[in-house]
Amino acid sequence: MAAAAELSLLEKSLGLSKGNKYSAQGERQIPVLQTNNGPSLTGLTTIAAHLVKQANKEYLLGSTAEEKAIVQQWLEYRVTQVDGHSSKNDIRTLLKDLNSYLEDKVYLTGYNFTLADILLYYGLHRFIVDLTVQEKEKYLNVSRWFCHIQHYPGIRQHLSSVVFIKNRLYTNSH
Amino acid sequence: MRLFVSEGVPGCLPVLAAAGRARGRAEVLISTVGPEDCVVPFLTRPKVPVLQLDSGNYLFSTSAICRYFFLLSGWEQDDLTNQWLEWEATELQPALSAALYYLVVQGKKGEDVLGSVRRALTHIDHSLSRQNCPFLAGETESLADIVLWGALYPLLQDPAYLPEELSALHSWFQTLSTQEPCQRAAETVLKQQGVLALRPYLQKQPQPSPTEGRAVTNEPEEEELATLSEEEIAMAVTAWEKGLESLPPLRPQQNPVLPVAGERNVLITSALPYVNNVPHLGNIIGCVLSADVFARYSRLRQWNTLYLCGTDEYGTATETKALEEGLTPQEICDKYHIIHADIYRWFNISFDIFGRTTTPQQTKITQDIFQQLLKRGFVWQDTVEQLRCEHCARFLADRFVEGMCPFCGYEEARGDQCDKCGKLINAVELKKPQCKVCRSCPVVQSTQHLFLDLPKLEKRLEEWLGRTLPGSDWTPNAQFITRSWLRDGLKPRCITRDLKWGTPVPLEGFEDKVFYVWFDATIGYLSITANYTDQWERWWKNPEQVDLYQFMAKDNVPFHSLVFPCSALGAEDNYTLVSHLIATEYLNYEDGKFSKSRGVGVFGDMAQDTGIPADIWRFYLLYIRPEGQDSAFSWTDLLLKNNSELLNNLGNFINRAGMFVSKFFGGYVPEMVLTPDDQRLLAHVTLELQHYHQLLEKVRIRDALRSILTISRHGNQYIQVNEPWKRIKGSEADRQRAGTVTGLAVNIAALLSVMLQPYMPTVSATIQAQLQLPPPACSILLTNFLCTLPAGHQIGTVSPLFQKLENDQIESLRQRFGGGQLEETFDLKAKTSLKPAVVETVTTARPQQIQALMDEVTKQGNFVRELKAQKADKNEVAAEVAKLLDLKKQLAVAEGKPPEAPKGKKKK
Repeated sequence: MAAAAELSLLEKSLGLSKGNKYSAQGERQIPVLQTNNGPSLTGLTTIAAHLVKQANKEYLLGSTAEEKAIVQQWLEYRVTQVDGHSSKNDIRTLLKDLNSYLEDKVYLTGYNFTLADILLYYGLHRFIVDLTVQEKEKYLNVSRWFCHIQHYPGIRQHLSSVVFIKNRLYTNSH
Repeated sequence: MRLFVSEGVPGCLPVLAAAGRARGRAEVLISTVGPEDCVVPFLTRPKVPVLQLDSGNYLFSTSAICRYFFLLSGWEQDDLTNQWLEWEATELQPALSAALYYLVVQGKKGEDVLGSVRRALTHIDHSLSRQNCPFLAGETESLADIVLWGALYPLLQDPAYLPEELSALHSWFQTLSTQEPCQRAAETVLKQQGVLALRPYLQKQPQPSPTEGRAVTNEPEEEELATLSEEEIAMAVTAWEKGLESLPPLRPQQNPVLPVAGERNVLITSALPYVNNVPHLGNIIGCVLSADVFARYSRLRQWNTLYLCGTDEYGTATETKALEEGLTPQEICDKYHIIHADIYRWFNISFDIFGRTTTPQQTKITQDIFQQLLKRGFVWQDTVEQLRCEHCARFLADRFVEGMCPFCGYEEARGDQCDKCGKLINAVELKKPQCKVCRSCPVVQSTQHLFLDLPKLEKRLEEWLGRTLPGSDWTPNAQFITRSWLRDGLKPRCITRDLKWGTPVPLEGFEDKVFYVWFDATIGYLSITANYTDQWERWWKNPEQVDLYQFMAKDNVPFHSLVFPCSALGAEDNYTLVSHLIATEYLNYEDGKFSKSRGVGVFGDMAQDTGIPADIWRFYLLYIRPEGQDSAFSWTDLLLKNNSELLNNLGNFINRAGMFVSKFFGGYVPEMVLTPDDQRLLAHVTLELQHYHQLLEKVRIRDALRSILTISRHGNQYIQVNEPWKRIKGSEADRQRAGTVTGLAVNIAALLSVMLQPYMPTVSATIQAQLQLPPPACSILLTNFLCTLPAGHQIGTVSPLFQKLENDQIESLRQRFGGGQLEETFDLKAKTSLKPAVVETVTTARPQQIQALMDEVTKQGNFVRELKAQKADKNEVAAEVAKLLDLKKQLAVAEGKPPEAPKGKKKK
């Protein structure tokens, strides 16, 4: 998904009216937002955080210092790790780590839904779509979290809904 | 909470420097662990630094840890900081990791290290100097400063990797580095070992991919329209309306051209090509063509300009060539001098003088400088062990001997320099030396030689460089090469050789010797000027009034920045020294090097036989000028650039503008009534023109060419949106609008013809003849866009400027000039591969498909521009843009070199 398209999804999910124009910079097609009052902003997570503030939903950036730092950590993870690697092996490690992290968590910060959940969902969508039933079961916590986010009101929009099977099929693999 | 850090891990620097912020708000225990310890239970790979929070959560991102410390101290997050931190993670870190890996693990130096981070460093420097603040996010030091400082510190603490020209970055870095928390963090992590402390950590990191950070791309970045203020628009309109009146009188042609007090006097030299070789495209773009663009630009600015070059004719290379061809050295020089002169004439190089070094003036001036140096004690005699071939009964000077390079082991190193590693060699140090003439092994014997005492002159040289470099336009590679020579310390250099073909040494006992070419070749510039005018000293002994620009490829830098300046400073005769040393990187041919012996590459004399006009060659070579990094000549790219940039963009616009005047207005420029939209366009064109000037004043030749193409793209879009061909058939108001659009467009075409003059002089003259542009407007380029074709001006006959290059034409040229290495290896691969069909599809993707895709991209691009201009529905635009991007991707894949290529090569 191109960054501009992703930001449009985010705008909609935040309830912002359309009106932002994005251009793309360089070979990695980094999004640039020309703001009305001030210099342009560059970078997916930078613009996303800006949009959250524009929508007056600062709580999505975390409420405490700890939560704020955790949200930014996962946003950075999204643009460096999720977007950075595409080899099957890297993705497997990434899902394994994330699965282990989410073992005792509902959302990435713990108990509160934040921008980190939205952008990680958008970023992982293309990988999760391709997972086999067995793999989805292997990364059970990621599957649970992903399924939860895709049903969160207004987030998924036109992205395909990924099917997760509730019953375990491969009991011995976990 | 507990902070886990490790010695020799770069991420620990900013974290430790920021930890102090949390003081008083939380207790931070610091634990030192090994760099390979797995602290975070859920991460597979080791990660340090890590902050374990009291809640049990972990922060494993360096930036997030720093951010947390700052948040605890009451700091509020802001967009600008977020932007810097995102940039640090996604752009700076990959580039820095590569640079550190090259430096510490692979032991590379200089540009090989700096090359991958230069762009990122420049970005920081520009941001700092543009916003005029001492820190990244404002007046006070903040999170972004600490994170970036920590990332950069390991590399930049070595001054060799903190480019001096980036002065804003320099002072920002110094300010932070002297602060106590930063100093202590550096102490803890690097343990006073500098960057080497990172070695164990870096060795565990994956090797950076070779493209990282230094991808050679010929593609322009997506253009963004700048926002314009009302004043800028008003000023552009006023300048436009003044028109031809604002042009100053043309400066009369002088002969000879001499400096004039109170004017800008620009002396331009191009490195003197060795007479005994036919120059290839890389040689041409490296010096003569680059210098020509600047000389032509300088004349358009009405600066008093003298551009000189000539063939470098003395030396062993000529003598060996003469032996090879069975001619005398003089005959060789006469023969090849003509070949050179013809090639440059064909390329339309506007020398004021193209001379040669074998003249009485050369002897006179060289001997004079030598006498001055001798008199002042900068020359001494010494006995030298030298290789002597008993069989040929002569001492073997540099190129008469070949052998293995003592530094890199290259088999065919010459006696003076290794072609592979570029290091200068003392012939006796060569391993397995051979006489080039008879192939016998020479013996070492002693003989008398003269030495230039460079160490004694080093101090003067450094003083001069200290005065010259700041604020000058020396290219970064020239500065770097010069500094690294000075850092290693200058050594005395022998200036005599056992040859006949050279400038005689005017000293008893040296009758059999001549001056070594590297001592007297650079003096060639002076003697060539002296052959042009007897008042040559007004150029060459006039440093106050003359601005000297010297163009060359990077291998020639030391002779121009060190050796000649030392000779001139030592002679104490007020010589004009180089003010701006402009050095290019190397141009490769397709995937390899130009090679005369293997018949690979296009050489100057062959370019004429390709049927491609000189201006197209000039355009493409300048478009890919190795400015800042190496670049490569590619036939496919030449075809693409000709068909897309010249034919579809520039040629199309200029031709349409002229055709509308002829067809709709009987050849007379119509009345123009500017609307606010037209005025904006005027201002955009003016802005781009000013950008062009800024770039060329800094000798950024390749970048300035992009400005021309941008203006023409604006023009195309303007015509496309306003559709004069429809409006001309409409109401009175519509017809007037068509007139304005046509008039403005043809004036933009006139401006482009002048801006194009340094790059494509013949095409420029053709456009100006077609438009009947008044003579003063053809020869002067101001910084403002003027109406040079007022209403009522009659233009001439308009005809197309460029021809489409066809695939089969280019394919056959590629084969003729040996660019077929890739195909060859592919054939080989296809034969040995189990799945030849797969390989097949890759190779056949070439000509027709690329052309078809290219046409599609152009078509779709125009369509998208039209939609945007009509302010169409956003979704519709987005859908069409997506199509365009997809087409571009397909095109890139079709053009891309198949990934198996390098492997195939090994089998050769």
